[in-house]
Amino acid sequence: MKRRIPLILVFVTGMAMVAQFFVPHEYSDYLFQYANDFVIVIGILALPVGIYSLMVATVRKARSEPRERIYSLATIAGFLVMVAAGLKREWFHGDTTLSAMLFDNILVPAQATLFSLLAFYLASAAYRAFRARTLLAALLLLTAFIVMLRMIPLPEPLASWNATVVRWILEVPNMAAKRAIIIGVGLGAVTYSTKILLGIERSYMGGD
Amino acid sequence: MDKSPRPCRAVLLASIALLFAPPVLGQPVPEIAPPAAVVARDNPNDAGHGVRIEWQPSPTPGILAYEVYRLSWRPEGAGPPLSPADAPDSLWIPVATVPAGSTSYVHEDDERTLGDGPNPEFVPRGSPVHYRVRTLGAGGAQSEFSPVVQAVAKGDWFHWMRVNVLVVFLALTAAMVFFIRRSSGGHRLFIRPIPGLAHIDEAVGRATEMGRPILFIPGTGTAGDIASLAAFTILSRVARRTAEYQTPVLVPVNDPVMMVMAQGTVKEGYLEAGRPDLYRPEDVFYISAMQFPYVAAVNGLMLRRQTATNFYMGVFHAESLLLAEAGAATGAIQISGTDQVAQIPFFVAATDYTLIGEELYAASAYLSQDPKQVGPLKAQDLMKAAIIAIAVLGLLELTFLGSDHLRGLIKAYD
Repeated sequence: MKRRIPLILVFVTGMAMVAQFFVPHEYSDYLFQYANDFVIVIGILALPVGIYSLMVATVRKARSEPRERIYSLATIAGFLVMVAAGLKREWFHGDTTLSAMLFDNILVPAQATLFSLLAFYLASAAYRAFRARTLLAALLLLTAFIVMLRMIPLPEPLASWNATVVRWILEVPNMAAKRAIIIGVGLGAVTYSTKILLGIERSYMGGD
Repeated sequence: MDKSPRPCRAVLLASIALLFAPPVLGQPVPEIAPPAAVVARDNPNDAGHGVRIEWQPSPTPGILAYEVYRLSWRPEGAGPPLSPADAPDSLWIPVATVPAGSTSYVHEDDERTLGDGPNPEFVPRGSPVHYRVRTLGAGGAQSEFSPVVQAVAKGDWFHWMRVNVLVVFLALTAAMVFFIRRSSGGHRLFIRPIPGLAHIDEAVGRATEMGRPILFIPGTGTAGDIASLAAFTILSRVARRTAEYQTPVLVPVNDPVMMVMAQGTVKEGYLEAGRPDLYRPEDVFYISAMQFPYVAAVNGLMLRRQTATNFYMGVFHAESLLLAEAGAATGAIQISGTDQVAQIPFFVAATDYTLIGEELYAASAYLSQDPKQVGPLKAQDLMKAAIIAIAVLGLLELTFLGSDHLRGLIKAYD
């Protein structure tokens, strides 16, 4: 019964949503919106569980691992400050609130810094990927070299030739592979969803 | 399918045309004819807030556009009903300007209010809506309005343009049932080796030998993503193995719902392995719903705990390479899988094994070898073969017959 009820719920709601896709009527649209609202409500209700988990894990780490205590304290302090700033919105009069100011001046630059690391990680990953150890890897290296040449100014007629070759690489072999993956993903997603609806796939509930 | 241009695009096109029209200062504005045979009818396959207006082209040569007007909508109780014959011009509002050559326009609007008042363009379900159309020519020339036409929008109970999707869905379901029966009857169905899945046990074993934990990242998607659900299938297997080998598995997540699901999956895995005592709920923990704070925390975790094996399964975005490169720097063996096409190259470059697209969904069938799981995989292959066949047939049709009927047949509609 512990398994059967969730499976019945999945089947009924899943089939309702499948039917909804084929019914354009306003009632059907209402059902879709209602289901989406439910997803949002569940997400919001689950948020305290997530916050509790974060705090418990952080406090436990602060207690048990002295070397990491500073990070844990920073996490707890950040959490408390943001909660306090959110509670008292009128602390700042003007264009912004304290919460928005902290977000814009601390979190956004920190995120931008982390994102900028991507440039260096791209270089190191490319260095490993482009080592010509096999025929296929050598082919990848050659193709990447040709495509990257497009980014630098070349004299004519080299630039035109390179542009033509790069366009062909991107529009023919690259696009073909991409579309093959997309078709496979689409079919795989439909099959997987159908398996879930029919109760064949249950591992998302734990176990097989 | 409706080929009417979108209002904003149509307005832009018409404005450009008018801009390049010859100057007419001091010249008489030529008389132009309105469009003929204007009709309005319910727009099919919608929720009941759309009307399709059609007309025959104006016989005047060189016209630039058509302007579609409707009688303002007035909510019930807001005054006496408006009669199109008596309505002043101020109550007729333009809803679209479509370029010459177009012979139809679909007017859809399901917003009853606009700002604080009623939306005059709202198309109510079940009540008549009135339209009239006129022609615009060069130099600001305008025709008389066409006779007023009316239509009643109604909601439809079936989207006939989605029949092809329904056919594919039913065919796929039928193929699944067929292959499940065939597989259950003892017929062995072949699944090609998938290195990323075949090396899961080895990767867990390596972490055990090194005495270090395993890191499993179920992506940064939500529980509603198919890839996230597929990731839980693999997490279930990993959890069982880690319980057997007595190796801790750390599962940082970025969504509270995902955390609850991951905790359930890991707990079940430990139960199945007969070691519920080893399960530690605090090893499956929430970090942040934001992408880069999540990455910062996970990368720090990798570096401090020196995880021996990292799994990246599910939906990933820009964080894929940030995570995978940090993992590579620690020397961990890494297995990744995602259905996000843009992230696959990053994982291929930075991790040891990658499940590409649909391989992620095949995990449950591959790992369990259960006939019920393998059957749908074969049905999927069959559909893929059918798609390839249709693509080849379409190519031949276009090449040798010059027509594209097959394309029209399989086209997906909104």
